[in-house]
Amino acid sequence: MDNLILKVCTKVLFTPIILFGLYVQFHGDFGPGGGFQAGVIVAAAFILYAMVFSVEDCKVIMPPKLNFFLLALGAFLYGFVGIIGLILGDPYLSYDVLGTTKEAGQHIGILLVEFGVGLTVCNVMISLFYSFANFNFGKKNND
Amino acid sequence: MMPFIIKNLPILIVITPLMFSLIVAVLNNNRLAWTLSTFASFLTMIFTIFLCFEVSYKSNISYYLGNWPPPLGIEYVIDRISIIPIMIVSVIGLIATLFAHNFFTLEIDEKLVSKTYSLWLLTIAGLIGLITTADAFNLFVFLEISSLSAVALVALGSKVDRKALVAGYNYLILGAVGATFYVIGVGLLYGVTGTLNMGDLAQKIPALGLNKSVIVAFTFMMLGIMVKAAVFPLHIWLPNAYAYAPSPVSVLLAATATKVSIYIIVRISYTIFGSSYEIYSFESLRYILLYLAILAMFAGTIMAIFEKDVKKLLAHSSVAQIGYIVLGISLATSPGIASSFIHLINHALIKAGLFMSIVAMGYYTLKRIDVKTIAGLGRQLPITFFSFVICALSLAGLPLTVGFISKLYLIKAAYMSEGIWLPFLILVSSALSLIYIWKLIEGLWYSKKSLKIEKIRELPEIYLPLLVITFLNIYFGIDAGLIIDNSFIASDALMSGIR
Repeated sequence: MDNLILKVCTKVLFTPIILFGLYVQFHGDFGPGGGFQAGVIVAAAFILYAMVFSVEDCKVIMPPKLNFFLLALGAFLYGFVGIIGLILGDPYLSYDVLGTTKEAGQHIGILLVEFGVGLTVCNVMISLFYSFANFNFGKKNND
Repeated sequence: MMPFIIKNLPILIVITPLMFSLIVAVLNNNRLAWTLSTFASFLTMIFTIFLCFEVSYKSNISYYLGNWPPPLGIEYVIDRISIIPIMIVSVIGLIATLFAHNFFTLEIDEKLVSKTYSLWLLTIAGLIGLITTADAFNLFVFLEISSLSAVALVALGSKVDRKALVAGYNYLILGAVGATFYVIGVGLLYGVTGTLNMGDLAQKIPALGLNKSVIVAFTFMMLGIMVKAAVFPLHIWLPNAYAYAPSPVSVLLAATATKVSIYIIVRISYTIFGSSYEIYSFESLRYILLYLAILAMFAGTIMAIFEKDVKKLLAHSSVAQIGYIVLGISLATSPGIASSFIHLINHALIKAGLFMSIVAMGYYTLKRIDVKTIAGLGRQLPITFFSFVICALSLAGLPLTVGFISKLYLIKAAYMSEGIWLPFLILVSSALSLIYIWKLIEGLWYSKKSLKIEKIRELPEIYLPLLVITFLNIYFGIDAGLIIDNSFIASDALMSGIR
């Protein structure tokens, strides 16, 4: 697509979309929002960029390898926060021990877990988009 | 360190493969990915063995996730019943992982191998999670984890044969229908009881009496899981999925996936609905299951007799063997359920051994194994052939193998509750299964091609895991006490839930 207006608007919108995503992300533990919604919003910024410029340009700012790494990292973060509780002597996924008080611990725990969810959802969305955008009918798919 | 591990065993057996699958996914080195996967499944097996000892003197271990007590939070329960399928999954998982390396490097794109191991560990984690969880909705989550990763693994067979894509797609659609049915049932139950914990559900259901939502919920849950367990008319996805999956995946799925689903059938009908047994569960349903099981025994065996492709043949025979297991459950007596638990373990050993030896033959000859290409292979590959014969005879139920033990107890239980006609049918279908077994052995050993004998070098990393399985097939056929005792303890524990 070679439209100047679209390109300029995308460049202007790109960062605010991500910022809004982060707002939804960190708002999530005491209001509507959270990792799932935030992940989709952040991914929408990248998908918009890929649609207006090109998939190849998007792969420069979000290389598929990094994308896959972040995807696994998010889920790993979720599990690992649970394991911290387990190492400190509580059952798996209990966040009480993370902070000085129980409430603070739960707060920190849910924040980290939601961040992991956001990271994974965002990168799953992007990698889904990549694999459909790269799909060549009849040809062998390399990514 | 030890008390920490002992306290957290029920969760450790699930998160060890789960966390390792995330680490393995991002690795570039295939050898390292395999080593880590083996390490993860080894750790899982060690934890399972610890858990066996724990369970043997505590008899019931309950674990609250995140320290939230049961009706609110998720509870994991390990008891004398669930330890049996956990043991099957972790032992077969370890042996199959050891076995997998050569096959994955041959059959899958080099770039995808580490991701394949990730899916592989995710399948194992999902299957173990399915067994440990005592929360009806958490069970659905693990059902999705295990079946979606299994679908992806089946579809990865497309480098060798593109039919794997169709097989994977069928598995995906039917598996999704099954999981949806299950979750509809859970939703209805939650609507009328307000709880998802299995123990809590069992307490609250009897008070509802003849509630239509509960009847519908029971039907949906059972149907959904019966699709996953490939009980006879719902088995359509199974033969193709097993036949076209990458070789180690066939081994893992054939030995564990359907067994776990059958365990869930038992759990639903005895633990959740057991307390209101007379109203909902079996007296009507058990005859449906009984006749379906008999049909499965014959349909599976006859399909296997006429099948040319050996992997598909074994998959059809799996359908028949699932029939035997369901038959034991449908007798609804303590010996009946014990016999189906015995066959659950034994069939996992038999099918793992058979699939491993057949795919090993495929690996050495680089050909798809069907009735024609196996001609004379037995003489070229003596060790693999030996294992194949032992496991095949075990499938037919020859004395001194595990197959004999399970047939013996099944026939005994069938005779005790239904009279002479049912043992007769079991014996007839066993005799029919000899036809396809003999067809394979004849082709492997007595074929004319075997006159020119040139031995292929057999690789130790392939035949050692195979020999371990073969050894287990004979060992538990001679000294079956361990399996039989534990199966009877499990079935008595289940029956005591029925008031």
